[in-house]
Amino acid sequence: MVALPYLWLLLFFVVPFVIVLKISFSDVALAIPPYKPLLEWVGKNSLAIKLNFDNYAFLFTDSLYLHAFANSIKVAFLSTLMCLIIGYPMAYGIARARPAVRNVLLLLVILPFWTSLLLRVYAWIGLLKANGVINNVLMSLGVIHEPLTMLYTPFAMYVGIVYSYLPFLILPLYANLEKMDWQLLEAAEDLGCRPWQAFYKITLPLSRNGILAGSMLVFIPAVGEFVIPALLGGPNALMIGRVLWDEFFSNRAWPVASAVAILLLLLLVPFMMWYQSVQARESAGAR
Amino acid sequence: MTASAGGVVKAQTWNDPSARPYVEVERVSKSFGDFTAVKDVSLKVYKGEIFCLLGASGCGKTTLLRMLGGFETPSSGRILIDGEDMTGVPPYERPVNMMFQSYALFPHMNVEQNVGFGLKQDRLPKAQIQERVATMLDLVKMGDYAQRKPHQLSGGQRQRVALARSLVKRPKLLLLDEPLGALDKKLREHTQFELISLQDKLGVTFIVVTHDQEEAMTLASRIGVMNHGEIVQAGTPSEIYEFPNSRFVADFVGSVNMFEGSLIEDEPDYVRIGSAELGGTIYVSHGISAPPGATVWAALRPEKVFMSISAPAGGADNVVRGNVQDIAYLGDLSIYLVRLATGKVVRVTQPNTSRHAEAIGWDQQVYLSWDATSPVVVTR
Repeated sequence: MVALPYLWLLLFFVVPFVIVLKISFSDVALAIPPYKPLLEWVGKNSLAIKLNFDNYAFLFTDSLYLHAFANSIKVAFLSTLMCLIIGYPMAYGIARARPAVRNVLLLLVILPFWTSLLLRVYAWIGLLKANGVINNVLMSLGVIHEPLTMLYTPFAMYVGIVYSYLPFLILPLYANLEKMDWQLLEAAEDLGCRPWQAFYKITLPLSRNGILAGSMLVFIPAVGEFVIPALLGGPNALMIGRVLWDEFFSNRAWPVASAVAILLLLLLVPFMMWYQSVQARESAGAR
Repeated sequence: MTASAGGVVKAQTWNDPSARPYVEVERVSKSFGDFTAVKDVSLKVYKGEIFCLLGASGCGKTTLLRMLGGFETPSSGRILIDGEDMTGVPPYERPVNMMFQSYALFPHMNVEQNVGFGLKQDRLPKAQIQERVATMLDLVKMGDYAQRKPHQLSGGQRQRVALARSLVKRPKLLLLDEPLGALDKKLREHTQFELISLQDKLGVTFIVVTHDQEEAMTLASRIGVMNHGEIVQAGTPSEIYEFPNSRFVADFVGSVNMFEGSLIEDEPDYVRIGSAELGGTIYVSHGISAPPGATVWAALRPEKVFMSISAPAGGADNVVRGNVQDIAYLGDLSIYLVRLATGKVVRVTQPNTSRHAEAIGWDQQVYLSWDATSPVVVTR
């Protein structure tokens, strides 16, 4: 029974990882599958390993890839920041609400998960497009006279990402704030703090772990996000997930695509480790 | 004008009509929805006092304290501190500090930062903050723990840090919510006396909330006994103990034997009460103001009852026979539960002054008697 999680990890993480790693070191071939094997029998009793580093070298020579990496990090960072700005007050409000209201509010945060992400992103297309709901309402109110171009812009992409990932920030932050001793704020006010000063000096530092945990939960998947930029961001949204998809399916360059995937993973490992240590600290109760 | 607490009062400021009260609570009420937590409370506390609000949980004492601190707004009435109306004044602008029951120490700051928090908030020069924090930590004997975080401290140490933090801003009035509630008995007794000497040294006025009558008796210059949102009696510890004005106060502060009865004789200088519960008459050497035939209660403290095997000299008043049902030996004193013929059980305490006292054992027939000055007659 103890081994079960390890078996799970082995089957669904280590094995696929090794396969991808293997492909990233092989040559492209016009075959099915479209790459050459790493191991080859040459002669009778010798097995040759051929590691091809070209795929990785290629990623650093063509500026497209580094550009896509940089852009993905930028988009993920800004999305996380926006999630934080929107999500912190929400998590705070939920944590301070009366218990009965609190459960309803939490339900509302989780509710979107009951429909598929794809469906919700399509709904945003309906809202944002030229003759979509938002443009129609604004025009009928006379605020604007011609439709705003919102769909297939970075704006639409950010809206989609922030909307989709907001619950991942709110929930851990709420869990953190909910444990907070609100009497500390009274103590701070008693010692001369205005309410906003008490928030800045007490609440904010004490919710640090919640902020970090929530931010990582948004940032890490947002870096590799594919669906939302593809559907809402239009052709110019150069994200690494998009590049990956193009390499695999349009160019059939599996080795290069695998190299991109491995590099993406390496990029995210430090953030994941940080997240893990934050989580460990949070559950240890030390602040 | 200083009053040292602990029941011993040098100058009874509250009896001086020319003295100006430092804290005035004027007809304050507080309701939460349709629940009235504090009901029409008026109170005057004078400079240098330790005033204890004593009551069971839910009696409104903490709500009253929180209104003084500015954390709750009175539904009606007003509070004046040092002559200034505190209505609408937020906690951060009141000349008041509070020590919270949970201590509310900031977990992400060490002891020094916790204590210095309020001074830093007031933008005092750094050197001055350091000096005042160090002095205060020495005063509460926490100087060696300045760099510790709250979770590295014991309950008693946290209590000291909380006290230091609430005193370091030199408030004119310190509110303490169950200051010793989280400490064990030995530490509590020790800390009580430290608190008193600290208060005396700094000359701060204390208002203390507690449910522990022993704590209130030790600390207070005056006690306000609260019940259902009202202050039912306010007075010095000995006034409260020796002259309770109601059955509730007599019962709540210390233990008491209560005998229900009616007035047989009602003279200006004495009364005689016939009590079916006692199976005898009670003679009290002071008059009371009650309508004739009214139901009254005679409250008799256990330590004021004499117990003897042979019949005491004197008349038929203030004496009754009983049977020792239970004995609890506490070392310094013994508690006897004596069952009367009427079935009523009377509690008697006797100091164990001699190591070889007259042996009163279980099932012993005894006489209980008391002085005419001992019972207190209450009418409600």
